[in-house]
Amino acid sequence: MSAHDHSDHGSYRSYIIGFLLSVVLTVVPFWIVMADVDVSLGVALAVIFGLGAIQVLVHVYYFLHVTVQAEDGWQFMSLLFTAILLIIIMSGSIWVMLHLHENMMPAHDQIERVRDVK
Amino acid sequence: MANVHAIAEAAEHVNNVHWLWGKITWDAHTFPFLYDPIIAVTFAGVIVATLALLGALTYFRLWGYLWTEWFTSIDHKKIGIMYMVLAVIMMVRGFADALLMRVHQALASAGLFELLPAYHYDQVFTVHGVIMIFFVAMPFVTGFMNYVMPLQIGARDVAFPFLNNFSFWLTVSGAVLIMISLFVGEFAATGWLAYPPLSGLEFSPGVGVDYYLWSLNIAGIGTTLSGINLVVTIVKMRAPGMTWMKMPVFVWTTLCTNVLIVATFPVLAATLALLTADRYLGTHFFTNDMGGSAMMYVNLIWIWGHPEVYILTLPVFGIFSEIVPTFCKKRLFGYTSMVYATCVIMILSYIVWLHHFFTMGAGADVNSFFGITTMIISIPTGAKLFNWLFTMYKGRISYELPMMWTVAFMLTFTIGGMTGVLLAVPPADYVLHNSLFLIAHFHNVIIGGVVFGIFAGINYWWPKAFGFKLDPFWGKVSFWNWVLGFWFAFMPLYILGLMGVTRRISAFEDTFYAVYFFVALLGALMVGAGLLAFIVQILVSILKREELKCGDDPWGGRTLEWATTSPPPYYNFAFSPRVYALDAFHHMKEHGATRPTSGFVPIHMPHYTGSGIIISGLLTAMGFGLIFHIWWLAGITFLASVVWGIAHTFNYNRDYYVPADEVRAIETAGNPAAAGAE
Repeated sequence: MSAHDHSDHGSYRSYIIGFLLSVVLTVVPFWIVMADVDVSLGVALAVIFGLGAIQVLVHVYYFLHVTVQAEDGWQFMSLLFTAILLIIIMSGSIWVMLHLHENMMPAHDQIERVRDVK
Repeated sequence: MANVHAIAEAAEHVNNVHWLWGKITWDAHTFPFLYDPIIAVTFAGVIVATLALLGALTYFRLWGYLWTEWFTSIDHKKIGIMYMVLAVIMMVRGFADALLMRVHQALASAGLFELLPAYHYDQVFTVHGVIMIFFVAMPFVTGFMNYVMPLQIGARDVAFPFLNNFSFWLTVSGAVLIMISLFVGEFAATGWLAYPPLSGLEFSPGVGVDYYLWSLNIAGIGTTLSGINLVVTIVKMRAPGMTWMKMPVFVWTTLCTNVLIVATFPVLAATLALLTADRYLGTHFFTNDMGGSAMMYVNLIWIWGHPEVYILTLPVFGIFSEIVPTFCKKRLFGYTSMVYATCVIMILSYIVWLHHFFTMGAGADVNSFFGITTMIISIPTGAKLFNWLFTMYKGRISYELPMMWTVAFMLTFTIGGMTGVLLAVPPADYVLHNSLFLIAHFHNVIIGGVVFGIFAGINYWWPKAFGFKLDPFWGKVSFWNWVLGFWFAFMPLYILGLMGVTRRISAFEDTFYAVYFFVALLGALMVGAGLLAFIVQILVSILKREELKCGDDPWGGRTLEWATTSPPPYYNFAFSPRVYALDAFHHMKEHGATRPTSGFVPIHMPHYTGSGIIISGLLTAMGFGLIFHIWWLAGITFLASVVWGIAHTFNYNRDYYVPADEVRAIETAGNPAAAGAE
């Protein structure tokens, strides 16, 4: 902990907690896949992606020391801004690409129809 | 079919990679001036001019001066000026390409003859777009932000002075690679955004797209670093008392612009990295086979590309917001709404990108969403225009050059904005997409907005940087030629676009369009005269500098940059100014504050360093090696740049104190204004 920039560089304890959480959050998705746990694909994907998202937060909090108060809130604000942009970019791209996939990929019968025209 | 054969032959040709020379072959494939007379003449001209310049620099013993005072400088003011010099040089190159296109299209549309072969024409329009956006408009606005913003917030430099120098030289590195492509190898023939699959290996096997990728990869790093630097500067280094809502509007627009840069240039870097991987590592992100999707590239590149438009225009909105109150002698109307409009534009610019590809095949709800967001973004922009108009209302307007450019901007940009809203209507876009109407639209907003703003800013802040005004006669010659030339050059393109002429056409069947193209050519020649008059204006002003000498505050400025001397001392302010109100300098003048003449203290300043130019030079060589697959060169220069970068971190002798006596000498003896005479 240094006095001049008010940022928390973490303690031994917080690093261990972060490490243990990361291990658990990593092992569970692996276990779901490797042990062929009997859940539906949707549930498995939801759990894996959900734990992945939590993993991101754990890293940001325990290893990057981003908190709401750190550096007068600037870190948190820029993180929030980044998150908003990522959401815009990713959800936007998925939406756009799904539309293109729907509209621009010829279906099987379309291909057959074009073939018949010849 | 001949084209396919040519491509196949070229592919076979370039697949021979020599261990020492890479893809360089000692014939016309690598050295196009050996067969193309146009390039040969240009090449000869450039060689003669370069030798003359180098000879002159050597004769006048200027190398040492340039190196110690400029190239290694980490003074934000000198870096700002170097950005401007780079931009002017590249503007001449980019304009030469534009003129080539106008001459070619005029002659070809009249059925006379085709000046350029189609493949060469394709390279010319690509390089024109790339240069004008990345190496003209970007350096100009970065130059302004570098020079003016720290002065306006009362700071001594930017937050990371060395990084600033490094960013500049990375930008130069990209520009140098593009200039090399004119004479060694070729440039991309893909259009300025290099859409795959055309820009993929299959259809562009030559080195052109590689030149494009590496110059933008390298320059893009520079832009990102400079963005981080300027954001931190504004957040951390404002003069005491300058709260957020006391910042000049130019500082606000600089902040929003650099937030946009930091947020979007990584997207560009990632997109280009994926395309680079496709071309170098055999991946298939954007190919037609193996599950790639070229549409994803178009989607990603415009997620960067649309905010980029606002990265260029927001700073010039800031420039106008400084000029209008100064030349109307009253404070800016609607400061708060100006700030909010800037921030709203910053956010909205992220959710309009799809309007660049309405016709790619998305459904009605996607297209209408992005069409509506695009129309909404014109509202804050319109609010800004009304703010400037209301500032002028009942103001005592003096029509000096900066104000003339501002009025020309308001008239021209409004037309461009309206055609933009027209293009935002998806059904209309289906007719106008990729037509000359679109070309006319974006030149209308970029020339009418960004370029006019740049000239306004140059005329406004030149006295700040050099202590004398720019010659008004040649300035007016330049102004009228640019403004009228713009209208002659682009109004015909609107009409041609409505008639269905598409962009990037080099051959015409029908001579019906010729008259429009000749009018456009006339306009381009006038713009050329305007550009020439601008250069003459600068040279004449330098010769007449004693006559044009002006005080520290020639325009009756309102913001802090005018509070110090013109030109400012290298430490900007002997004492950090204290800010009590918006338009801080105006407030100081009202209260009779003068610059202190005693009580000077030592000033902490950074040392100059050559690391920026050296590392960038190594990266330029690395880029060249990668473009021509000269792996040993790329490897060695990359390692050398990393080693030099690490070595630079061990340089502990990076700052010093300017003694109080020296500060006193500069502040009192050097200029009489320091005694308090305004």
